Amino acid sequence: MAESNQNGHVETGRVVGIDLGTTNSLVAYMQGDSPVVIPGADGLNLVPSVVALDPVPPEGGRPTVTVGNTARKALIETPERVIYSVKRLMGRGLEEIQSELKMFPFRLADDVESGEVPRITLGELRFTPPEISAYILRQLKRNAERFFGSPVTQAVITVPAYFNDAQRQATKDAGRMAGLEVLRLVNEPTAAALAYGLDRAKEGTIAVYDLGGGTFDISILKLRDGIFEVQSTNGDTHLGGDDIDNLLLTIALDEIHAEHGVDLRSHPGAVQALRKAAIDAKISLSTDEVARFDIELPNGDRYQREIPRAVFEMLIEPVLERTAGPCKQALADAGITADQIDEVVLVGGSTRIPAVRQLVDDLFNLAVRGKKPHIELNPDEVVALGAAVQADILAGASKTTEEMLLLDVTPLSLGIEALGGTVARIIQRNSTIPASATEHFTTGVEGQTNVAIHVVQGEREMAADCRSLARFDLRGIPPMSAGLPRIEVKFLIDADGILKVTAREQRSGQAAKIEVKPTYGLTDEQVEGMILDSFDNAEADFAKRLLIEARNEAETILSAVERAPRSPAWKLLTGEELAAISAARDRLQAVKIGEDDKAIREATLGLDQATRRFAELMMEAAVTTAIRGKTMEAANEDLGEAVTAPHPMAAAEFK
Amino acid sequence: MFNVLDSAVPIECWSCSLGHTHSTLFCPHCSKIQPPPGGDYFQVFGLRHAFQVDLSALELEFHRLSRKVHPDRFARAGENERQFSLADTALLNDAYRTLKDPLTRTEYLLKLEGAEIGEEHSGKDRKDVSRVPDDLLEEAFELNMQLEEMRMARKTGEQDPQLQADLEHAKQKFDGLLGAVDEDLHAQWQVWDAGDEPVQSAAQDRMVALLNRRRYLRNLVRDVTDTLGAN
Repeated sequence: MAESNQNGHVETGRVVGIDLGTTNSLVAYMQGDSPVVIPGADGLNLVPSVVALDPVPPEGGRPTVTVGNTARKALIETPERVIYSVKRLMGRGLEEIQSELKMFPFRLADDVESGEVPRITLGELRFTPPEISAYILRQLKRNAERFFGSPVTQAVITVPAYFNDAQRQATKDAGRMAGLEVLRLVNEPTAAALAYGLDRAKEGTIAVYDLGGGTFDISILKLRDGIFEVQSTNGDTHLGGDDIDNLLLTIALDEIHAEHGVDLRSHPGAVQALRKAAIDAKISLSTDEVARFDIELPNGDRYQREIPRAVFEMLIEPVLERTAGPCKQALADAGITADQIDEVVLVGGSTRIPAVRQLVDDLFNLAVRGKKPHIELNPDEVVALGAAVQADILAGASKTTEEMLLLDVTPLSLGIEALGGTVARIIQRNSTIPASATEHFTTGVEGQTNVAIHVVQGEREMAADCRSLARFDLRGIPPMSAGLPRIEVKFLIDADGILKVTAREQRSGQAAKIEVKPTYGLTDEQVEGMILDSFDNAEADFAKRLLIEARNEAETILSAVERAPRSPAWKLLTGEELAAISAARDRLQAVKIGEDDKAIREATLGLDQATRRFAELMMEAAVTTAIRGKTMEAANEDLGEAVTAPHPMAAAEFK
Repeated sequence: MFNVLDSAVPIECWSCSLGHTHSTLFCPHCSKIQPPPGGDYFQVFGLRHAFQVDLSALELEFHRLSRKVHPDRFARAGENERQFSLADTALLNDAYRTLKDPLTRTEYLLKLEGAEIGEEHSGKDRKDVSRVPDDLLEEAFELNMQLEEMRMARKTGEQDPQLQADLEHAKQKFDGLLGAVDEDLHAQWQVWDAGDEPVQSAAQDRMVALLNRRRYLRNLVRDVTDTLGAN
């Protein structure tokens, strides 16, 4: 879909697909007739959803923000300047996130008031969750721009199917702040189905089981002639691999405290290092029968522990069991039984756990019917690939996807608070979107000119038990006798799953003014004020920016390599490795002076690859150091938000 | 095509300003998408009013129209076209959802035909609007007593196998009655669809009564299921 813009440049108008995940984020696009993930400058597909604030430069000014693997490295050394899993906070109010604060080291700004969007402290600055997500999105945007060598301004972003209105709006806001026009929010399981549905002209009913880092979704879809019609969806926006990590971490912390008298909870760096060890253990248990912790503690003791897979599976059973209820509800809502599911698609890193696969097998009677779940596409990438397919559909320019159409549903019922605090449901859950409902309201008092309406989302009978979406004030109603005005209010859930409201007073023909006050969310003006840098959108500067960025990246790695010989890890490298690093460094220094951003990037990548083993050795050393507590003395932080989650298993059983 | 409303007044296309007498989804002159046409859900699918609907034909038509008007087809179009696509698709989805389910379809068409039906969505506080059907009075009374007993027993932790068996038996019976109501409804659909006006009017009254009876039975079955399920 090439079109000329005013400057006479030919714009490819590419739309990218973005998976903005709890743990990792990815950007993908449609290359010919198949979706492909776009790698970052480090050559890797996954961008960890970690954002770090670099130290304030000595000459002053605003500190820079780094995203991804670089930010993750800072997690152990300067945890107070780093944030991860921010997706858990998107679109949520202060009261709702209290439980998250126990499990995650989110440092809330202390001046946030109830009803405001919470802000997170990173070093000297404070950010709302959409701003943090915007930094991740901007990184992905830049990765794509580097890859194409041209600006990218439009995207499809995926969200958990079970995200509510506020969480969706927050994601869209983040896109806008990052300089992206979000053409569509797509539900993650549905995106996965699109990725799988591309190369097979299948008909039938499929279930997508998506257990990611922080969220769980189940969707049931009917495929027919290229139409992907979602029948039902269910889930839990706070259930995922993070919960398993926290379980292992809590147990390790408790054991270390009980057996060695060392309380690591007050050392965020050590907690992060231990979390990394717990994640490694979890991952290895998907292939190995036993995982081992062997960690040196500040007092010189060693915390050594073997975790057999059977014990691990027993520990995580309550977490996994929480996915069964939503699956059964989704089947019931679709009006089918497990045996009517033709195929099951597994999505999300947590579905690599054998116990998860077993649970899915049991839930959908797969083995007994001679079926296997689909795992052909990388479960970490499949959502981004599907987002790229949807992006291609929206771009409307490709033969591959012209017959495809996705019909998705709203995951939660929409209702309005009626007399007595009950909920009058106006749009049922699992209604195909866009969906609308029209309601009529009147006044209760003579001459009344305002009517207040409270909109909620959820399945409970009482409004107080549902998620408060927004309060609307219908204003400017002409004064009449009580009950005479007839105000028609139209509620419309758009294709992104976001509510829009319009109102009209029918007797006078006057359009009633509506003041929409989302219960949690940013106003348009606030979002405008948070747009990252308008520089990003200036096309004329684009080539210049690519060059500057390429040089900056080159500088970053060169200065790291210059400092490297001071690290003990340097001495572990072989002569061959040292020679390779030196050659790659010389090459980068030579091309850096030139104007060719592509050559600079290639050379940067070359040096990055040459130093990869060194980086791994450094990471290992940093983990050990952090647990010994050395880094913490430097950080000198006393944090009350360390992990305090209760765990069901006594320490003694963890052997 | 969504040839919906026979409007005597020409409607002016927002894009090419030419008038078109039929309110259609796309302007016959410039092919641009138009705002939602008036008319009811049956007209959306080009169907005449009828209680019996060919569901597989309805699905095909739903898919065919979705391909034309869905917002995915207008993601990069101008503001007007995106708004109209959104509104048209919402109407199409609302219409399909209402017509594909036999009960919502029956209620919808009865309302279109001027019948008075108890409000559905207002939930619990309205469920007693429908009077207890005379023939069920005695049994319903007894069942409610048993349910109350069961809930009391549950609170004190007692087991009453006889009561449990009675309730399960009652559930079966009311499930059967529910099935019978549905059969009667289907019969009335046929009568209405084939009949002339006096016949239709009688069938309508019959269906309204059946719907009330059905709502009452469904609530009973739900109460029994909930009470048994809480075991």
